[in-house]
Amino acid sequence: MGNTLNTAQAGTLESGDIMLIVAPASAAGITIELESIVFPQYGQAIMEVLQKTVEQHGLTGIYIKAIDRGALDCTIKARVLTALARAGAVLKEELL
Amino acid sequence: MKLRRSLLFIPGNNPSMLQNGGVFGADSVILDLEDAVSPNEKDAARLLVAHALRHVDYGTSETVVRINGLDSFGSEDIRRIVPCEPGALLVPKVQCAEDIHTAVAKIAQAERREQKKVKIIALIETPRGLAECHAIARADERVVALAFGAEDYTAGIGAQRTKESIEISTARMLLVNAAAAAEIQAIDTPYTDAGDDLGMETDTTMAKQLGFKGKLAINPRQIDIIHSVFNPSQQEIAWAHQVIQAIRQAEAEGSGVASLQGKMVDAPIVNRAERIIKLTQVLGLSQEVVPC
Repeated sequence: MGNTLNTAQAGTLESGDIMLIVAPASAAGITIELESIVFPQYGQAIMEVLQKTVEQHGLTGIYIKAIDRGALDCTIKARVLTALARAGAVLKEELL
Repeated sequence: MKLRRSLLFIPGNNPSMLQNGGVFGADSVILDLEDAVSPNEKDAARLLVAHALRHVDYGTSETVVRINGLDSFGSEDIRRIVPCEPGALLVPKVQCAEDIHTAVAKIAQAERREQKKVKIIALIETPRGLAECHAIARADERVVALAFGAEDYTAGIGAQRTKESIEISTARMLLVNAAAAAEIQAIDTPYTDAGDDLGMETDTTMAKQLGFKGKLAINPRQIDIIHSVFNPSQQEIAWAHQVIQAIRQAEAEGSGVASLQGKMVDAPIVNRAERIIKLTQVLGLSQEVVPC
């Protein structure tokens, strides 16, 4: 990971939103723990959005806890980026 | 002619409302980064609105973003939001033409070369802003409308806000005149009691009578009322067609002035009739046979 992360949170538990906690992980890669009201239908797709959004910014060694309330992809991306920025990650401006 | 009869505020940090903003049929949706968002959530709302602008379908509704004041989070809002190509920015608490010049410079800096120019709706909500509103309206070609914010304005002049709205009657008329002089639209303050449909209709009718072209809305249920008031009535449409018919007949007879039901029909009357017919066409309204 290029920079040291803090633990940070973004989003809410309101319908249509997703609440995320990001934290530094001891292991490399991206570890995702997801709860979702639509997990059987969209769990895999949500995990992929979370994973891809973090990877695009070249970040690794990150733990994400996500509680989804039926968020659209654009909401998931926005909340991940907010949480990462709050955690102190250096994000790629052109991908925000 | 861009219709801005209804402009619906949507809280900028509420994903559910942001994704459904296009279903209410408002002429414009205002994705709000200012009053609807607490200071510690400005960063989250800014990103959420930016992504909504890129991915949510708002149908025929114009997308407007109310940024924060340029003395707080406004510059960062412009930098992040403008490249996502909103139709317009609603700039709050505009006090003078220089505020518009400052916003325009920041917008121009943030715009991508190939994108459509972002317009400005100036929110007039202070006594000084009202005093300067004609200069504000003429400050830049990006300014397409003046919107009135009566709650802050009445606090600024030390008056009590009432449903009768006597305390804002002069302000409303000054704002309408300034907008008309600059050939841009005047948008009226929202009616804040979302549960009072009759009051809403009365207030909107007053706004139309004064010359406003639209009204801010804080609740989707207000949109139908606003449209029903600002749309030309069947009587108005019928009258407009009769005026045009009368003036054409007079012109054919070699006269520039006609008479309709005993009243003189001259250029200003014809202009008003033409505006009604044009609006009718834009709205796709048909004329039923209604006696005048």
